Amino acid sequence: MSRRTFTALALLATLLVAGVLSFYASESPDGLEHVAETTGFAAAETDHATEASPFADYGFTLVDSDRLSVAVAGILGCAVVLLLMLGLARLVRRPSVDAEA
Amino acid sequence: MHVPDGFLDLPTSAATGAVAVAGVALALRGARRELDDRTAPMAGLVATFVFAAQMITFPVGAGTSGHLMGGALAAILVGPWTGVLCVSVVLGVQALLMADGGITALGTNITLLALVGVVVGWLVFRALVLVLPKRDAVIPPVAFAAAFVSVPAAAAVFTGLYAVGGTAPVSIGAVLTAMLGVHVLIGIGEGVITALVVASVLKARPDLVYGARHLRPVPTVEEVSA
Repeated sequence: MSRRTFTALALLATLLVAGVLSFYASESPDGLEHVAETTGFAAAETDHATEASPFADYGFTLVDSDRLSVAVAGILGCAVVLLLMLGLARLVRRPSVDAEA
Repeated sequence: MHVPDGFLDLPTSAATGAVAVAGVALALRGARRELDDRTAPMAGLVATFVFAAQMITFPVGAGTSGHLMGGALAAILVGPWTGVLCVSVVLGVQALLMADGGITALGTNITLLALVGVVVGWLVFRALVLVLPKRDAVIPPVAFAAAFVSVPAAAAVFTGLYAVGGTAPVSIGAVLTAMLGVHVLIGIGEGVITALVVASVLKARPDLVYGARHLRPVPTVEEVSA
């Protein structure tokens, strides 16, 4: 498989997960929240400093449809993570063979 | 396992913040040996996949869910130092943009998911790879084991942090038992997802699996640019 095909397939799979499958995610509290509730420290949680973010809790406040809302948040989050990590990796990596020549 | 604000007191959060800064700084140095023109794009793909996969909370028994942590997966695909950077970037975006995981708890979450997840996952992976036959077929089951162990390990470290700096007076024994119980189950999901993804990449582009590099010759210039 060529590098280009691999990258395209990987991105497509990732966007499907974030933009489509994410709608079907479990609504139950996660392991830590569950333990916090059963053992009695859940109430210690304080308000989140960025809960006013338009993308808080993986939604997008400007969109009414739940399905579209989570898709927008998921795909936007993917784009931000991809750009940040590509930028960081470019900064950190060794100079390429060409650059040394 | 995204720790919200308020579970741990400020001194403990500050201490884990310092651990996270030190860990990420070390990872920035270490990742120079892992990242090149070929692996840098892979690091972007892996971080993005971990972010997407963490949106998929899967049910684990009565009224509880879990999701991928991704530390073991990232370490196996792009190397442990780069893996720490990938998961840290994901956690930063989640806390700042998605209000998932507290801001004062960001250091705690980087410590648990990026540092503990990657270090435990990578050590288990390497230990098993060293003693098992040198074949591709061994890699996915070993990835399962590494990812599986990393989840209760992070849960145990959280409990340790809670014993030191928890804000509510609860039985630490009860917290430890409950945390390990549920996170062993979540660990199975972590292992299955990690093994499936590693097996898929291994099949498509075996040269892009950092943890399987010892199984193949050093790539030629043509392969690097392919």
